Amino acid sequence: MKRELTCIICPRGCLLTAEIENGSVTVRGNGCPRGVTYAETECTHPRRTVTSTVRVSNRENTMVSVKTREPVDKADMFKVMERLRAAAVSAPVAIGDIVLADVCGTDIVATKAID
Amino acid sequence: MLQHDIVIVGGGPAGMAAAVKAYDSGVRDVVIIDREETPGGILRQCIHNGFGLHKLGRELTGPEYAAVYAEMVKERGIRVYTETTVTAVTADRTVTAQSRDGMLKVQAGAVVLAMGCRERSRGALNIAGTRPAGVYSAGTAQKLMNCEGFSVGRRAVILGSGDIGLIMARRMSLEGAKVEAVCELMPYSGGLARNIEQCLHDFDIPLYLSHTVAEIHGDERLAGVTVAAVDEHRRIIDSTRRFIPCDTLLLSVGLIPENELTRAAGIPIDPVTNGAVVDEHRQTAIPGIFACGNVLQVHDLVDYVSDEAELAGAGAAAYVLAKHADSETTVADNITVPTVAGDGVRYVLPQRVHPQSGDVALFLRVSAPAGRVRFTVRAGDTVLATAVRPKAAPGEMEKLPVKAEKLAGVTTPITVSMEELA
Repeated sequence: MKRELTCIICPRGCLLTAEIENGSVTVRGNGCPRGVTYAETECTHPRRTVTSTVRVSNRENTMVSVKTREPVDKADMFKVMERLRAAAVSAPVAIGDIVLADVCGTDIVATKAID
Repeated sequence: MLQHDIVIVGGGPAGMAAAVKAYDSGVRDVVIIDREETPGGILRQCIHNGFGLHKLGRELTGPEYAAVYAEMVKERGIRVYTETTVTAVTADRTVTAQSRDGMLKVQAGAVVLAMGCRERSRGALNIAGTRPAGVYSAGTAQKLMNCEGFSVGRRAVILGSGDIGLIMARRMSLEGAKVEAVCELMPYSGGLARNIEQCLHDFDIPLYLSHTVAEIHGDERLAGVTVAAVDEHRRIIDSTRRFIPCDTLLLSVGLIPENELTRAAGIPIDPVTNGAVVDEHRQTAIPGIFACGNVLQVHDLVDYVSDEAELAGAGAAAYVLAKHADSETTVADNITVPTVAGDGVRYVLPQRVHPQSGDVALFLRVSAPAGRVRFTVRAGDTVLATAVRPKAAPGEMEKLPVKAEKLAGVTTPITVSMEELA
């Protein structure tokens, strides 16, 4: 099977062609090695970093931005969002603090400091 | 009147990187003036990832990228005047600002302009219809959602396929809203290819090229929009009009560099970039006043904003140090040659270059998308540099390095042109 992909790793957005045969992936069109890794992952088990916000319970109209520490399965993006909707943290929060542990195989960490 | 060696107007990514570079170039008395409560500028609301791969070698979200620079500013003891709005900059480098404590007047040795952009609004578009609630510029909706925690709507149409519009299409989808369509007036997207992929394709959001919003409907709240295809002259084709019910319309239709201060200072503006005309140090036509970041030219990537700001910061520092040394000649006194946008090229920045000042990188945008292309930099009949790219698009800024030894003898305008290869 042949697939045309746009690499999402960096802004260059290389057009990749991936040939999948017997579970092994051959990649062309990549400007750097990260493109090969991306195409392999995208063709076998696509993953995405999810970024969103979580309410800060002890500050008015304040959200703290968060991300999945590692990319999660693309199919799990809405599961992550579901967990985040119910979550809240209390300030102070530092960048890298775990906001929610063990969500779809990774942790949700803060990406902004709230004093 | 206060005195500071370097005053930086704006504490976003450009202002912070310029301040850090100026300090590291040997000028200790550097201050930043910013109108917001905390520095960081637009990055504070850009909670998505993809920042920093080029500049910092790791992938960060916007707030994390801003925090890296805010920390560098703090480590150096560079003062940031927050909640302070600069109201005037003059050609003799006095800076007037307003804060809660009153008016501030500073005599600066050098000024770096780093005010960024604002968004083009509905008023600039002439869309027919009513004026209901629910019509937002994409960046305003982004700030409401990401910083203040408001939900902006449940069912949306987005006009404009620039990166902010694409990012917001994903953001609203993740928050459970249905994004019905992204309409783009041009026959190609203005956004990065990777954002089309991960923000639209991932969520099955259709992108309609050569389409626009013809009419806005609704009384109190937006009830829907009429979208329509446009012909090659961007005129609405009436037979293609169709109604899409929605409660939210996001406009991602361009950024306008905030150059009111620049114009009032009498600094010449390039009509294509809508930013100041600068040399390779990002010095404007007024000695000692520099500009960088989105106020100079709209960038796709914050990484390149930081690079450009470092040029301006280093330039401002060199200017101040030369004055301190009581040196009458600075590099600005040497001759410059203009750069010219040739075939297929919309603009070239810097708009003028000192041929004696070393390696120079030229930045440009093309006029229309193209496949495999070659860029050629010429002075008269002499070729100074060439570069081949697999593709070119107006939404992606190109960088062409030109070597010092090629530039050294140049006395005629430098033209950059693009040709499509077979």
